[in-house]
Amino acid sequence: MNFTNFGKYILLLKAAFRRPEKTKIYLKAIFQQMDFIGIGSLGLISIISTFIGAVMTLQIAFQLVSDLIPKTIIGSVNRDSSILELSPTISAIVLAGKIGSAISSEIGTMRVTEQIDALEIMGINAPGYLILPKILAGITMVPVLVIISMVLSIGGGYLGGTLSGAVSAAEYMQGITTDFNPYTIVVALVKAFVFGFIITSVPAYEGFYVKGGALEVAQASTRAVVVSCISILACDYIVTQLLL
Amino acid sequence: MIEIKDIHKSFGDNEVLKGISGTFKEGVTNLIIGGSGSGKTTLLKCMIGLHQPEEGSVLYDGREFTQLNFEERIEIRKEIGMLFQGSALFDSMTVEENIMFPLNMFTEQTREEKLDRVNFCLERVNLEGKNKLYPAELSGGMKKRVGIARAIAMNPKYLFCDEPNSGLDPKTSIVIDELIKELTEEYNTTTIVVTHDMNSVMGIGDYIIFLHEGKKFWEGSNKEISKTDIEELNDFVFASRFMKAAKGKL
Repeated sequence: MNFTNFGKYILLLKAAFRRPEKTKIYLKAIFQQMDFIGIGSLGLISIISTFIGAVMTLQIAFQLVSDLIPKTIIGSVNRDSSILELSPTISAIVLAGKIGSAISSEIGTMRVTEQIDALEIMGINAPGYLILPKILAGITMVPVLVIISMVLSIGGGYLGGTLSGAVSAAEYMQGITTDFNPYTIVVALVKAFVFGFIITSVPAYEGFYVKGGALEVAQASTRAVVVSCISILACDYIVTQLLL
Repeated sequence: MIEIKDIHKSFGDNEVLKGISGTFKEGVTNLIIGGSGSGKTTLLKCMIGLHQPEEGSVLYDGREFTQLNFEERIEIRKEIGMLFQGSALFDSMTVEENIMFPLNMFTEQTREEKLDRVNFCLERVNLEGKNKLYPAELSGGMKKRVGIARAIAMNPKYLFCDEPNSGLDPKTSIVIDELIKELTEEYNTTTIVVTHDMNSVMGIGDYIIFLHEGKKFWEGSNKEISKTDIEELNDFVFASRFMKAAKGKL
C-alpha cells in the first residue's frame, strides 16, 4: 500500500464513519456481520487452535532434553505462547484469508455490477452502509474468537501432552496455573482488536475501489489477503513493542 | 426539468465531454444518443454525480447540483430514480427487499405500507407475485423491470435509464421502452434515457441529443432525426440494415 493508497484508505474510513442514515438498518447489518465473522469462523478457529496447542506441547516437550528443567514448564510456555502470540496472530491470519477474501470479493463484485453506484444514487452513504457494519463486527468478534482460541489452544496442549505421554495431566495443569500474568490477556485483546480492524477494513478498501471485471475482483481479493497479513504482522510487532 | 450547462469532463489527457449543454423537460422522454465512446454514459454520470465535471453545472429545477457535497446532494438524490445497464439489483436481497430498500432507508412507513408500495410497483411493471425471487432467478428483461420498479418506488421526479435495452431481445426492448414512456407521462417525471438503440429512438424519443466525439452535434425529436443533413448523425441513424431499408419511408 503506497502513500496514495493509504490516503484513499483513510478517506474511505472517514466516509465509512459518517452518521448512519438509519441506525436500525445498520444494527441489523452489524448483527448479520457478527454472525458471519464470529459464528461462521468458530469451527475453523476451534480446529486450528486445538491442533496448534497440541503440536506446541509436543514440540516443547521434544526440546526439553535437560532433566534440570521441570516438565511443568511445558504448560507455562504453551500458555504464554498461545495467549500472547499464537491465538491472536494465527487466528488473525487465518481470518484474513477466510473473511478478508469474502469481504473484498463481495464489495468488489458490488462495485463492478454497479450496485455501489445504485446505493450512491439513492443517496445512501455506500462506505458507511457496506463497510462500517463489517468493521464494528470485526473489532467485536475477533477478540471473542481469540479468547476462544486461547482456551482451546491450551486445552489442545493438555490433550496432546497427556495422550502422547509427553507430560502428565498434573504437571501440565501445574504449569498453566503457575506465575500467570493476567496482563498477557490484555495484550492479546489489544492485538485482536487491531487485527479485527485490519481484517475488515483493508479488504473492504481493496474491494471498494476495484475497476474492471471478474479478473480484477479476484486480484483485489488476493491483494486484500496479502496486504492484511503483512499489516497484521507489522502491527503485531508494534503492539508487542509498545505493550510489553 | 434538468438543465446542463457547458459540461466538460476529462480522464487524464482524454477529454470525453467538450462543453455539453441542454435542457430536459418533464413529462417527455429525453434521449441521449451516440456511438460507443461518444461520451453519453459519462454525461449521464456527471448529471447524477457519479463523476465530477471539471467545468459546467447541472441544475435540477433550478437547484445547482455539481457544487454540492455528499450530504447536500442527498435531498436531490432522494428524488432520483435510476435504471442501470446491468440492472444493479442487490444480489443478496429478494425482489421485494430490493424495491423496499429505499423505502426502508428514507421513509418511516409501516411494513404494511411499504409492502403495499412494493406490490403496486411490481404490478406496474407486470411482475405481480415475484416478491420472493432473487435476482439470480430472473431473466434479463425481468431484472430490468425490477430495476424500474425499484427506481419508481420513491416516486421520483427524475428518472435516468442507462442503456435500458442492452442485452434484451427486440420484443422485450419494446416492452421496456413503452414502460418507461408510460411512467414518464403518468408521473410527469423528467426522464433521461441513454441509448444507442434506434428502435428506442424512433419509438420513444420525444427530445433527443446526439453526441459525437464528446460534443453535442444535434438536438430534436424522433420525427426530425431522419431528415437532417448532418453526416455524423446520418451515419449513426442509418447504420443498421433495417434503418437503411426504411430510410425512404421515414
